[in-house]
This record gives sequence, structure tokens and C-alpha cells, in this order.
Amino acid sequence: MTTISEVKPAASANTSAQSLMATLRMVLSYGLLFLLALSFIYPFMLAVTTSFKTLPEIAANPVALIPETFTLEGYTRMQGLNVGRWMFNSAFIAIAVTTGNVLFSSMAGYALARIDFPGRTAVFLSILGTMMIPGIVMLIPMFIILRQLGLIDTYGGLILPKVVSAFGVFLMKQFFESVPRDLEEAAAIDGASRFQMFFRVILPIARPALVALIIFSFQGSWNDFMHPLIVISVNQDLYTLPLGLALLRGGIGQNLQWNALMAGSMITTLPMAIIFFIFQRYFVEGIAYGGLKG
Amino acid sequence: MAAGIREQERQDRIAAWLFLSPALIIFAIFLVIPILFALYFSFTDWNGISPPAEASWIGLDNYQAILLQDGIRRADFFKALKNTTYFALGVVPVQTALALFLAVVVNQRLLRFKSFFRTSYYFPSITSSVAISLIFLFLYQKSGLINSILSGATLGLWEPIAWMEDSRGLIHIILGWLGVTLRDGPAFFRTELLGLTIWDWISGPSVALSGIMILNTWTTIGTMMIIFLAALQDIPTSVYEAAQIDGATTWPTFRKITLPLLRPTMFFIITLGLIGTYQVFDQVYVMSSGGPAKTTLTVAYMVYRNGFRNSEMGLGAAIALSLFIIIFILTMIQRRITGSEATD
Repeated sequence: MTTISEVKPAASANTSAQSLMATLRMVLSYGLLFLLALSFIYPFMLAVTTSFKTLPEIAANPVALIPETFTLEGYTRMQGLNVGRWMFNSAFIAIAVTTGNVLFSSMAGYALARIDFPGRTAVFLSILGTMMIPGIVMLIPMFIILRQLGLIDTYGGLILPKVVSAFGVFLMKQFFESVPRDLEEAAAIDGASRFQMFFRVILPIARPALVALIIFSFQGSWNDFMHPLIVISVNQDLYTLPLGLALLRGGIGQNLQWNALMAGSMITTLPMAIIFFIFQRYFVEGIAYGGLKG
Repeated sequence: MAAGIREQERQDRIAAWLFLSPALIIFAIFLVIPILFALYFSFTDWNGISPPAEASWIGLDNYQAILLQDGIRRADFFKALKNTTYFALGVVPVQTALALFLAVVVNQRLLRFKSFFRTSYYFPSITSSVAISLIFLFLYQKSGLINSILSGATLGLWEPIAWMEDSRGLIHIILGWLGVTLRDGPAFFRTELLGLTIWDWISGPSVALSGIMILNTWTTIGTMMIIFLAALQDIPTSVYEAAQIDGATTWPTFRKITLPLLRPTMFFIITLGLIGTYQVFDQVYVMSSGGPAKTTLTVAYMVYRNGFRNSEMGLGAAIALSLFIIIFILTMIQRRITGSEATD
């Protein structure tokens, strides 16, 4: 009896210490997670506010988050550099590239997933093999072929090489393989041809995969820097946002107009950010889909 | 009936090739043919400006210049290879480990603010590399945010540095603390190997290159986290329930059950990381143009610099193809390592 009464308070002190430890651990873990989240977001916040600061203020204190004097100087400077045109080009090219991918990548993906024909495996493996070629390796080969075809300094040069992607073909093939065959069989009984089947039956139900494909194509094209860099040689009217921005940075050691550079960065980032927040779910699903099966 | 089936097969075959033709034509014109062209030009002295027909065949000279012949080209190539290797060695393990850690954390069933954490960790992955590079260029200034955070965290012990202008190698710095310098170090430090001295080889990444490495890790973690997350969610809960019945606690469960099940994903992530780090280009172009003192010159940037800036397109093609072979071999080695572990 006595032993029990002696043991009891000790045990309860022990549990309260344990629960204190648990609370402490939780506070620490969440603190760490929020700190990490902040480290991913804060640079963007500082970039936004810096784009509204004056140059002297940035030089005096590049760390302060809130601008003392609010100015649109950076944005006006960007406007003077024809940033509207860069934005139009980026959007136009991204839309063209995305449309091409939706059509051509899904057509190829469908044939590889659903039609039995001699050479199917060979074609699939070759396309898969091209995914192994690092983009940087294509820098000079791409320049050579575009030059031979007279596509340097043209929209064609910016768009055509990108209208289909091995990743897109792969993504769509994976998706079409998961679609039940009954739908096509029903369409076949109705006498539909493969083309009718594809465009009227298959494509409309491929929405989730298509949204992922659209997001990836658009994002890839919008953010692409290397391809425009080699396609555009002298024609400044073809500059895209990343290219214009990178060239604006200019040589090393120059005095940089940070408010304009940050304004340009924000103009480049914002449209993608908006698309991201609207279609967030599909970003995650798309990566999971393409990544897992890769 | 048999004739009908054969007719059906014939039509299917035609349809398949028609469906595939746009993709195959594009791949042929903009991928296969260009690579063959590049292979050809890597054996010429083409400058990229004059008509290609005027380029003369110089055999293996370009490959010799970067691999065998003593001179600035070979020194640059191996310097770039060294920088790129330090880059990969620093970035790939860290990004893989952090991405896995974050994936496990945001996969916790009871975690609050889950979507906030996921969104913020992933956000840098969707933004333009050029925009991010400019933002980090701003943060890496001597009076910039990174220095002021480090000063704050070390209570003023941290001396602000101009990150992107600092060519000191990290290992050199550490050796310096230990009192080892080139001047009073052993004589073999000065021995030349493939155009660089031993001392140069062991420099470690420069401060400037480390800056780009941090940026690269920061922007790629998000995508890798999502890929790990998808793999984690594919593991059936019954596996964990069984472990719980056996009395396994969190860490052993993770090590003995989760990690082995993630092995294919791990392989995929490391491959992605290797391919990505061995072709880092955009950030170098925007932030440092290969400087200071060529310590951020990567193989990918060298392809561009020699091909387009120095008008040595033939040499550039030779560097690019060498890089291709290097990446291919690395992937194969990595596959061998991960593969053999998987059969344990």
C-alpha cells in the first residue's frame, strides 16, 4: 500500500514532464517547418518590395522589407525596354508550344498505348532514349540545324523544335494505358475510325493528363532560357522575358539597376505563380505521375 | 471474317504511323539529325559564322585539344569538369536528403498547415531560373540579405563577403585555417595533372560556386519532394500496420521499411540530380559568366562560351559530346551501385 502511494506522485510528475517535452518538441518542429517555409518564400517577398524601391534606397539598405518611398521607377524602366513585347512573345510561344504538345504528344502517346503494330516497342524505346539526352548537349546541334533551315531569328525557330516532347509522349502513353478499352470497343461497333475514336472519345476523357501536360509544356516554355538564347541572334523584337531579363543584367561589374531587375523578375514570375495557385492540384499530380513511372 | 480482321490490322497499322508521324518528324529534324551534324562538326574547325561548307576537317584535333594537348583549352576543360564535379557532389546528396526529409514531414497524417508547407516548399520550382538567379544575385551582395542573416545568426562573427566575386575554394579556406597553404605546403601541391596543379584540383568549390550550389539546391528540392511524396503515398498502410504490431518505432520503421521501398524513386531522383547538376547553365550565365577566376566555369557553360562567344563551334561540339559521354557513364555507374544494393 505504502509503496503504491509512494510511486504514484513520481509517476504523475514523470508524465507531466513527458507532456511538457512533447509540447516543446511540437513547438520546435513547427517552428523549424515555418522557418524553412519562410526561407523558400522570403526571397520573393523581398524581390517584390525591392521592385518598388528607389535606387538610392536599395543601395543604402538592400535588406529592409518595406520601401520608405514607394516608386514605380523600376517598372517604368522595364516598360521603356519594351517588356510588353517580351511578355507577348513569351505568352505566344508558350501557347503555341503547348497547343502542339497537346495534339502531337497525345497522338503519339495514344498510338503507343493502344494500337498494336509492328515496331511499336522499338519506337517507344527510341523516344524514351531521347529523354536521356541532356538539353545542354543539344545547344550546338540545335543551332546548326536551325541555321541550316534558316530558322535563326524567327518564331518558327523558337516554336517548332518544342511542339512535341518525349516527356509529353511518355506522360500521355501512361495515361491512355489506364483508360478502359470498352469505350473504344463501343465506338468501334458504331463504325468509328481510329481518328474519330481518338478525337471524339479518348481525348475528351483524357482531361486530367492533358491538364498536367498543358501545365508542364507551358511552364517549360515560359521559363526556358537556353533555347531562345541560341535561336535569337540579332532580332530584339523576338526577345522573351527570361532572355530579355538575362541580357538586361549585362556584364559583370556594372552598376545594376536593381529595382528594374526585380521588377522584371516579378513580371516573369507572377503569371506562372497565378497559374500555379489556380491549378496547384494538377502540378502535384502531374509530377507524381511523370516522376513515379519514370 | 479473316479478311476483315486483316483489313482492320492494316488500317490500324496505317493509323498508328499517322498518329506518330508529327512526333517522329520533329524528333528526326530537331534531335537525331542535329546530333549527327554536331558529331561531324566536332571533327572540323567550323567557327559557327561562316558557311559550314567552308569548315575544314581536322580529325581528332578538337578532342585532342581538350583531352590531351597541354594548353589553355585542356586546362579550361578540366577546370570546368572539376567545378562541375564539386557542384554535383555538393548538391545531389543534399537535395536528395532534404527532399526526402520534407516529403516524410509533409506526409505526416496529423500535420497541420500541410498544404501551406507543401506549397511554399514547392513554389521556387515553378519559377524562371533567370528571375531566381537575379533575385539571388541581389541577396548575395556584400550588404545583402544572406550576409546579414549569417551575421545575425553568429552574433556578428560572420564577416560579410561578396559571394559572387569570391574565388577562394572552400577546401583551400579550411586548409588555411589549419595552417596549410600552397607556399609552405608539400612540393607535390605544385605537380601538374591534366593542366591543373594538385593544389588546384583539391580547391573544393569556390565561394561563388557554392552560392550557385545553394541556389540550385533551393530551387530543385520542391520537385523532388513531390516525387518522393507520391512514392510515399503509394506504400500501402498495411505495411506500416504490420510493423506497428511487431512493435517497431518510427526511426527503425523508416530505415527498415520505408527506405528500401523508396529505392526505385531514390534511383530516379539521384539520376535527375546528376543530369541536372552536370548541365547547370542558366544560373552561371546570369550570375557569374564563369568567373571569378573561372571558378564557376562549368562544362555546360564552356560549351556555350567556346561555341558562341569564342566562335569555336567545332570545339564546342566536341566538348558537348564529351559531356554527353560523361553523363552517360555516370548514370551507368550510379545504376550499377543502386542496382547491386537492391539485390542485397
